[in-house]
Amino acid sequence: MKYLDEFRNPEVAARLLEEIRRVITRPWAIMEVCGGQTHSIIRNGIDQLLPPEIELIHGPGCPVCVTPLEIIDKALAIAARPEVTFCSFGDMLRVPGSNSDLFQVKSSGGDVRIVYSPLDAVRLAQQRPDREVVFFGIGFETTAPANAMAVVQAERLGLTNFSMLVSHVLVPPAISAIMESPRNRVQAFLAAGHVCSVMGTWQYGPLVERYGVPIVVTGFEPLDILEGIRRAVTQLEAGRAELENAYPRAVRPEGNQPAQAVLEQVFEVTDRTWRGIGMIPQSGWRLRERYRRFDAEARFEVGHINTAESPLCRSGEVLQGLLKPNQCPAFGKQCTPRTPLGATMVSSEGACAAYYQYGRFIPAGDVEVAR
Amino acid sequence: MSLSFEDWTCPLPLRDYPAIVMGHGGGGKLSADLVRHLFLPAFRNAALEQLGDGAVVEVGGARLALSTDAFVVRPLFFPGGNIGDLAVNGTINDLAMCGARPLYLTASFIIEEGMPLDQLGIIAETMGAAARRAGVTLVTGDTKVVDRGHGDGVFVSTTGLGVIPDGVRVGPELARPGDMVLISGEIGLHGVAILSVREGLEFGAAIASDTAPLHDMVAALLDAGCAVHALRDPTRGGVASTLNEIAAASGVGIRLDERALPVPGPVRAACEILGMDPLYIANEGKLVALVAREDAERALAILRAHPLGARAAIIGEVTAEHPGVVVARTGIGGTRVVDMQVGEQLPRIC
Repeated sequence: MKYLDEFRNPEVAARLLEEIRRVITRPWAIMEVCGGQTHSIIRNGIDQLLPPEIELIHGPGCPVCVTPLEIIDKALAIAARPEVTFCSFGDMLRVPGSNSDLFQVKSSGGDVRIVYSPLDAVRLAQQRPDREVVFFGIGFETTAPANAMAVVQAERLGLTNFSMLVSHVLVPPAISAIMESPRNRVQAFLAAGHVCSVMGTWQYGPLVERYGVPIVVTGFEPLDILEGIRRAVTQLEAGRAELENAYPRAVRPEGNQPAQAVLEQVFEVTDRTWRGIGMIPQSGWRLRERYRRFDAEARFEVGHINTAESPLCRSGEVLQGLLKPNQCPAFGKQCTPRTPLGATMVSSEGACAAYYQYGRFIPAGDVEVAR
Repeated sequence: MSLSFEDWTCPLPLRDYPAIVMGHGGGGKLSADLVRHLFLPAFRNAALEQLGDGAVVEVGGARLALSTDAFVVRPLFFPGGNIGDLAVNGTINDLAMCGARPLYLTASFIIEEGMPLDQLGIIAETMGAAARRAGVTLVTGDTKVVDRGHGDGVFVSTTGLGVIPDGVRVGPELARPGDMVLISGEIGLHGVAILSVREGLEFGAAIASDTAPLHDMVAALLDAGCAVHALRDPTRGGVASTLNEIAAASGVGIRLDERALPVPGPVRAACEILGMDPLYIANEGKLVALVAREDAERALAILRAHPLGARAAIIGEVTAEHPGVVVARTGIGGTRVVDMQVGEQLPRIC
């Protein structure tokens, strides 16, 4: 697989790891912002290979996990309506609302469909004028341009039966919120490469200056991540705090300007609640007034749904003995409440999140597997 | 502003649904829960509790293998075969994984009103041809018709009966530390072939299902006297779920080497694009064999000499460490745990 194998080369990985070990003299806490990076770290076992001085703190960058409970509940209410065909990316179907998920809505007769692009939902709205087609528009700056284009396309086509439930979130305000948290321990950030491929790096320079924190724009392949970590550690050890682009093959300083233009055209910044974290001011996007007629929240009158986060998520079941600890991503040293493994739990069903922990701090013989 | 990064908790997927959801059919934890907590208590008996691909029963001194399987697939016709191939080969394979020589099949058809007869005819012809090719006889069956909208054209269920040769004992509970894990060829082909036609996705080269009968390959291994302890065909839930089941049944750990996994280009491409893992993708013509270490190379040679096994590989080993847990050594030399999935594997948002 050209252009991927090059970034998974074990010999190069070993050299990068050796270089990280050579420069590191003390413990550092580095946050990878993006859930995609968390996924790659776990999927490739990168955390197991790093020197013990490096603590990787998994950031709140899984769009699936940070989508607020209230929005999930609104999605469930909309999807349950008989006239609605509710379209979503696959991994959102599994995310629990207050007491249900989209799979259950589908099981109860709701027309819930997995799509691979918001434009699939637009096409469906064209094909089925008798149905109200709703797309679940969530995610960071990465998925937002396609969602914005879908709205523009729906307007061009004059569609009156297409709408979008929008809950976009933005990375820079989250970095600010993390740095301003009184209990912050993050000393450097690996910025999300795909977010920066859209937005560029210009938003991150001011964060570096304001907080004196190194930010390294990082990709997703194993070597990308190791290179991001190497650069972050090198900066930290030298007492520097700079913005670096370790993902130049995808990220330009100015970003993707046509994409930014369509984002500006369709969305406006708004306060946004992040699941499990709380409200971060000016950290999300919503549809502008001009496109409000495509806003599913207004169309289906779900504004009154205002659920608050339960203090106990499903990981509370560990305490009740319903789940083994090693099945719960909220358990363990890496997965402290501040460093969730949400991306892997929700997006890939814990294919490694829980057990990924055991090798690090539970003697292998003590691992108990839930039956 | 009071932000609580301390209280960040992950929204775990639900596990206790009050009604059936699609994930109950995904071959993961939800499927296992359904069988374990709903069906097993209702049917409780020793043969069922083996939870093998088929049951092994003794009748008049002969050890018989029995297996039944329902086939639902959309579309009914796909690159590499149709639901008829799956229905015959799938049950033959379940018998073969018990170490049995398949002899007889039954078939029942739940047909949706409006199903074109010519399509049904093709499916029946396919089943006949597949049975003849495998040397099994389709001896009885049943047909039912349901209202339009109550089925995807046709659902097929097949039941198979086979004889287990004297001295053959294979089962998911018989793996032991030191065994090597073999796979008979490239993984993920069937799942990606179905995904590509169902969703209209293209992943570079065209990709066809690997549906095939595996009894001949199993016979070759057993006839050669290889110490085969466990056999499974990694269908729903893929290699990952199969190995987790064996690890749990035998109380052993399994260590995989990801670099040894034969993953074809289009399957890799599909998984990269959709954020999926080839280890969880369905196969319909592959077997996983856990073979005593001293016989592993010989077993590999036998698999590779078979027309269906050219890309066979040794992909891991059984260990006494971390019982019940499957761990993979990753491409860059790290390790990760390969858990059972909860329901179905879903495309990731980004």
